[in-house]
Amino acid sequence: MSVANRPVHRPLSPHLQVYRPQLTSVMSILHRATGIALSVGALYLVIWVVFASASPRTYAMFQSFNVSILGRIFLGGWLFCIFYHLCNGIRHLFWDMGYGFELKDAYRSGWIVVGVSFAATIVSWIVGLRLV
Amino acid sequence: MNSDLRTPLSRARGLGSARQGVHHWWAQRITAVALIPLVVWFAISLIMMSGADYAVVRAWIGSPVVMVLLTLTIVIGLHHGQLGMQEVVEDYVHGEGMKLALIVLLRFIAVFFGLAAIVAILRIGFGG
Repeated sequence: MSVANRPVHRPLSPHLQVYRPQLTSVMSILHRATGIALSVGALYLVIWVVFASASPRTYAMFQSFNVSILGRIFLGGWLFCIFYHLCNGIRHLFWDMGYGFELKDAYRSGWIVVGVSFAATIVSWIVGLRLV
Repeated sequence: MNSDLRTPLSRARGLGSARQGVHHWWAQRITAVALIPLVVWFAISLIMMSGADYAVVRAWIGSPVVMVLLTLTIVIGLHHGQLGMQEVVEDYVHGEGMKLALIVLLRFIAVFFGLAAIVAILRIGFGG
Protein backbone atom coordinates (compact mmCIF):
# COMPACT_ATOMS: atom_id res chain seq x y z
CA MET A 1 0.00 0.00 0.00
CA SER A 2 1.44 3.35 -0.97
CA VAL A 3 1.83 6.07 1.62
CA ALA A 4 -0.92 8.12 0.03
CA ASN A 5 -3.47 5.30 0.27
CA ARG A 6 -2.71 4.29 3.84
CA PRO A 7 -5.64 5.11 6.12
CA VAL A 8 -4.82 8.05 8.35
CA HIS A 9 -5.69 7.42 12.00
CA ARG A 10 -6.30 10.95 13.11
CA PRO A 11 -7.38 11.53 16.71
CA LEU A 12 -11.14 11.72 17.10
CA SER A 13 -12.72 14.53 19.01
CA PRO A 14 -14.24 14.75 21.57
CA HIS A 15 -12.46 12.02 23.53
CA LEU A 16 -15.47 10.63 25.36
CA GLN A 17 -13.30 8.74 27.88
CA VAL A 18 -11.55 11.86 29.16
CA TYR A 19 -14.33 14.32 28.39
CA ARG A 20 -16.09 15.76 31.42
CA PRO A 21 -19.84 15.40 30.80
CA GLN A 22 -21.82 18.61 30.95
CA LEU A 23 -25.59 19.10 30.94
CA THR A 24 -25.51 20.17 27.29
CA SER A 25 -23.54 17.17 25.99
CA VAL A 26 -25.45 14.63 28.09
CA MET A 27 -28.76 16.10 26.86
CA SER A 28 -27.59 15.94 23.26
CA ILE A 29 -26.68 12.25 23.59
CA LEU A 30 -29.97 11.57 25.41
CA HIS A 31 -31.91 13.25 22.59
CA ARG A 32 -30.46 10.79 20.11
CA ALA A 33 -30.87 7.81 22.47
CA THR A 34 -34.55 8.62 23.13
CA GLY A 35 -35.02 9.17 19.39
CA ILE A 36 -33.75 5.65 18.67
CA ALA A 37 -35.96 4.27 21.46
CA LEU A 38 -38.99 6.11 20.07
CA SER A 39 -38.35 4.69 16.59
CA VAL A 40 -38.65 1.24 18.14
CA GLY A 41 -41.66 2.48 20.12
CA ALA A 42 -43.37 3.56 16.89
CA LEU A 43 -43.03 0.00 15.56
CA TYR A 44 -44.46 -1.27 18.87
CA LEU A 45 -47.43 1.09 18.44
CA VAL A 46 -48.07 -0.30 14.95
CA ILE A 47 -47.97 -3.88 16.30
CA TRP A 48 -50.43 -2.81 19.03
CA VAL A 49 -52.89 -1.46 16.42
CA VAL A 50 -52.47 -4.55 14.20
CA PHE A 51 -53.14 -6.90 17.15
CA ALA A 52 -56.19 -4.86 18.12
CA SER A 53 -57.50 -5.23 14.55
CA ALA A 54 -56.93 -9.02 14.47
CA SER A 55 -58.83 -10.77 17.27
CA PRO A 56 -59.59 -10.55 21.02
CA ARG A 57 -57.23 -13.49 21.58
CA THR A 58 -54.18 -11.88 19.96
CA TYR A 59 -54.98 -8.63 21.72
CA ALA A 60 -55.23 -10.34 25.12
CA MET A 61 -51.79 -11.83 24.52
CA PHE A 62 -50.39 -8.40 23.81
CA GLN A 63 -52.24 -6.75 26.69
CA SER A 64 -50.95 -9.32 29.21
CA PHE A 65 -47.44 -8.04 28.42
CA ASN A 66 -48.49 -4.41 28.79
CA VAL A 67 -49.88 -4.93 32.31
CA SER A 68 -46.94 -7.07 33.48
CA ILE A 69 -44.14 -5.48 35.51
CA LEU A 70 -41.83 -5.56 32.50
CA GLY A 71 -44.56 -4.05 30.31
CA ARG A 72 -45.18 -1.28 32.84
CA ILE A 73 -41.46 -0.43 32.92
CA PHE A 74 -41.39 -0.47 29.10
CA LEU A 75 -44.46 1.76 28.72
CA GLY A 76 -43.32 4.06 31.56
CA GLY A 77 -39.92 4.41 29.91
CA TRP A 78 -41.64 5.05 26.59
CA LEU A 79 -43.56 7.96 28.14
CA PHE A 80 -40.31 9.46 29.48
CA CYS A 81 -38.74 9.17 26.01
CA ILE A 82 -41.80 10.86 24.47
CA PHE A 83 -41.76 13.78 26.92
CA TYR A 84 -37.99 14.25 26.83
CA HIS A 85 -37.66 14.09 23.04
CA LEU A 86 -40.71 16.36 22.66
CA CYS A 87 -39.43 19.04 25.06
CA ASN A 88 -35.82 18.90 23.86
CA GLY A 89 -37.06 18.82 20.25
CA ILE A 90 -38.85 22.13 20.86
CA ARG A 91 -35.55 23.44 22.33
CA HIS A 92 -33.85 22.35 19.10
CA LEU A 93 -36.48 24.11 16.97
CA PHE A 94 -35.76 27.37 18.83
CA TRP A 95 -32.05 26.90 18.09
CA ASP A 96 -32.94 26.30 14.43
CA MET A 97 -34.65 29.70 14.42
CA GLY A 98 -31.51 31.24 15.91
CA TYR A 99 -32.62 31.73 19.53
CA GLY A 100 -31.04 30.58 22.77
CA PHE A 101 -27.45 30.00 21.70
CA GLU A 102 -25.84 31.95 24.59
CA LEU A 103 -24.28 29.52 27.06
CA LYS A 104 -26.47 30.84 29.87
CA ASP A 105 -29.62 30.35 27.77
CA ALA A 106 -28.57 26.87 26.62
CA TYR A 107 -28.20 25.81 30.27
CA ARG A 108 -31.43 27.46 31.36
CA SER A 109 -33.49 25.87 28.53
CA GLY A 110 -31.71 22.58 29.27
CA TRP A 111 -32.78 22.57 32.92
CA ILE A 112 -36.32 23.55 31.91
CA VAL A 113 -36.46 20.57 29.53
CA VAL A 114 -35.14 18.21 32.24
CA GLY A 115 -37.63 19.57 34.79
CA VAL A 116 -40.67 19.51 32.51
CA SER A 117 -39.97 16.06 31.06
CA PHE A 118 -39.40 14.46 34.49
CA ALA A 119 -42.48 16.20 35.96
CA ALA A 120 -44.66 15.12 33.01
CA THR A 121 -43.35 11.56 33.30
CA ILE A 122 -44.09 11.33 37.04
CA VAL A 123 -47.58 12.81 36.59
CA SER A 124 -48.27 10.39 33.71
CA TRP A 125 -47.17 7.40 35.83
CA ILE A 126 -49.41 8.48 38.73
CA VAL A 127 -52.43 8.99 36.43
CA GLY A 128 -51.66 5.96 34.24
CA LEU A 129 -51.34 3.57 37.14
CA ARG A 130 -54.48 5.08 38.72
CA LEU A 131 -52.58 5.87 41.90
CA VAL A 132 -54.89 8.77 42.76
CA MET B 1 -17.28 28.84 -14.57
CA ASN B 2 -17.84 25.60 -12.73
CA SER B 3 -20.35 26.13 -9.94
CA ASP B 4 -19.84 22.61 -8.58
CA LEU B 5 -17.30 22.80 -5.78
CA ARG B 6 -16.42 19.10 -5.96
CA THR B 7 -13.31 17.87 -7.73
CA PRO B 8 -13.84 16.08 -11.08
CA LEU B 9 -12.61 12.84 -9.41
CA SER B 10 -15.15 12.99 -6.55
CA ARG B 11 -17.90 13.72 -9.07
CA ALA B 12 -16.89 10.74 -11.20
CA ARG B 13 -16.92 8.47 -8.14
CA GLY B 14 -20.38 9.69 -7.23
CA LEU B 15 -19.23 10.65 -3.74
CA GLY B 16 -19.75 13.87 -1.90
CA SER B 17 -22.91 15.93 -1.69
CA ALA B 18 -25.97 14.39 -3.30
CA ARG B 19 -27.78 17.74 -2.90
CA GLN B 20 -30.36 16.05 -0.68
CA GLY B 21 -29.23 17.53 2.62
CA VAL B 22 -31.56 20.52 2.71
CA HIS B 23 -34.56 18.35 1.88
CA HIS B 24 -33.68 15.93 4.69
CA TRP B 25 -33.13 18.77 7.16
CA TRP B 26 -36.36 20.53 6.22
CA ALA B 27 -38.48 17.35 6.24
CA GLN B 28 -37.15 16.54 9.71
CA ARG B 29 -38.25 19.97 11.00
CA ILE B 30 -41.67 19.92 9.31
CA THR B 31 -42.44 16.45 10.70
CA ALA B 32 -41.15 17.59 14.12
CA VAL B 33 -43.52 20.57 14.19
CA ALA B 34 -46.46 18.40 13.06
CA LEU B 35 -45.67 15.84 15.76
CA ILE B 36 -45.78 18.36 18.65
CA PRO B 37 -49.62 18.48 18.95
CA LEU B 38 -50.02 14.87 17.76
CA VAL B 39 -47.64 13.44 20.35
CA VAL B 40 -49.18 15.48 23.17
CA TRP B 41 -52.60 14.11 22.17
CA PHE B 42 -51.22 10.58 21.86
CA ALA B 43 -49.39 10.63 25.21
CA ILE B 44 -52.53 11.83 27.03
CA SER B 45 -54.59 9.14 25.24
CA LEU B 46 -52.06 6.45 26.15
CA ILE B 47 -52.22 7.43 29.81
CA MET B 48 -56.03 7.54 29.82
CA MET B 49 -56.28 4.20 27.99
CA SER B 50 -53.95 2.51 30.47
CA GLY B 51 -55.42 -0.91 31.32
CA ALA B 52 -58.37 -0.50 28.90
CA ASP B 53 -59.82 -3.76 27.54
CA TYR B 54 -60.21 -4.93 23.94
CA ALA B 55 -63.69 -3.45 23.31
CA VAL B 56 -62.77 -0.03 24.70
CA VAL B 57 -59.53 0.13 22.69
CA ARG B 58 -61.29 -0.87 19.45
CA ALA B 59 -64.10 1.64 19.99
CA TRP B 60 -61.47 4.31 20.60
CA ILE B 61 -59.35 3.50 17.53
CA GLY B 62 -62.49 3.18 15.36
CA SER B 63 -63.92 6.62 16.12
CA PRO B 64 -63.45 8.97 13.12
CA VAL B 65 -61.36 11.64 14.86
CA VAL B 66 -59.03 9.06 16.41
CA MET B 67 -58.69 7.24 13.06
CA VAL B 68 -57.40 10.45 11.47
CA LEU B 69 -55.18 11.56 14.35
CA LEU B 70 -53.74 8.08 15.01
CA THR B 71 -52.96 7.57 11.31
CA LEU B 72 -51.23 10.96 11.20
CA THR B 73 -49.29 10.24 14.40
CA ILE B 74 -48.06 6.87 13.15
CA VAL B 75 -47.27 7.88 9.55
CA ILE B 76 -45.55 11.16 10.43
CA GLY B 77 -43.87 9.52 13.43
CA LEU B 78 -42.46 6.73 11.25
CA HIS B 79 -41.25 9.28 8.70
CA HIS B 80 -39.56 11.39 11.39
CA GLY B 81 -38.05 8.25 12.92
CA GLN B 82 -36.74 7.09 9.55
CA LEU B 83 -35.08 10.48 8.95
CA GLY B 84 -33.49 10.42 12.41
CA MET B 85 -32.31 6.82 12.16
CA GLN B 86 -30.79 7.58 8.75
CA GLU B 87 -28.79 10.34 10.44
CA VAL B 88 -27.55 7.87 13.06
CA VAL B 89 -26.52 5.40 10.33
CA GLU B 90 -24.74 8.14 8.37
CA ASP B 91 -22.83 9.17 11.52
CA TYR B 92 -21.69 5.75 12.71
CA VAL B 93 -21.68 3.35 9.74
CA HIS B 94 -18.68 4.07 7.56
CA GLY B 95 -18.72 1.28 4.98
CA GLU B 96 -20.49 2.62 1.88
CA GLY B 97 -22.27 -0.66 1.05
CA MET B 98 -23.51 -1.31 4.58
CA LYS B 99 -24.55 2.33 4.97
CA LEU B 100 -26.59 2.28 1.76
CA ALA B 101 -28.17 -1.09 2.66
CA LEU B 102 -29.22 0.18 6.10
CA ILE B 103 -30.66 3.43 4.72
CA VAL B 104 -32.75 1.46 2.21
CA LEU B 105 -33.80 -1.02 4.92
CA LEU B 106 -34.93 1.86 7.18
CA ARG B 107 -37.16 3.17 4.40
CA PHE B 108 -38.63 -0.28 3.75
CA ILE B 109 -39.41 -0.74 7.44
CA ALA B 110 -41.07 2.68 7.69
CA VAL B 111 -43.26 2.11 4.60
CA PHE B 112 -44.17 -1.47 5.58
CA PHE B 113 -45.16 -0.60 9.16
CA GLY B 114 -46.96 2.55 7.99
CA LEU B 115 -49.12 0.59 5.56
CA ALA B 116 -49.75 -2.15 8.15
CA ALA B 117 -50.99 0.49 10.59
CA ILE B 118 -53.26 2.15 8.01
CA VAL B 119 -54.84 -1.19 7.03
CA ALA B 120 -55.35 -2.14 10.70
CA ILE B 121 -56.92 1.21 11.60
CA LEU B 122 -59.27 1.12 8.57
CA ARG B 123 -60.18 -2.48 9.38
CA ILE B 124 -61.14 -1.54 12.94
CA GLY B 125 -62.98 1.61 11.81
CA PHE B 126 -64.97 0.01 9.03
CA GLY B 127 -65.42 -3.35 10.73
CA GLY B 128 -63.56 -6.12 8.91
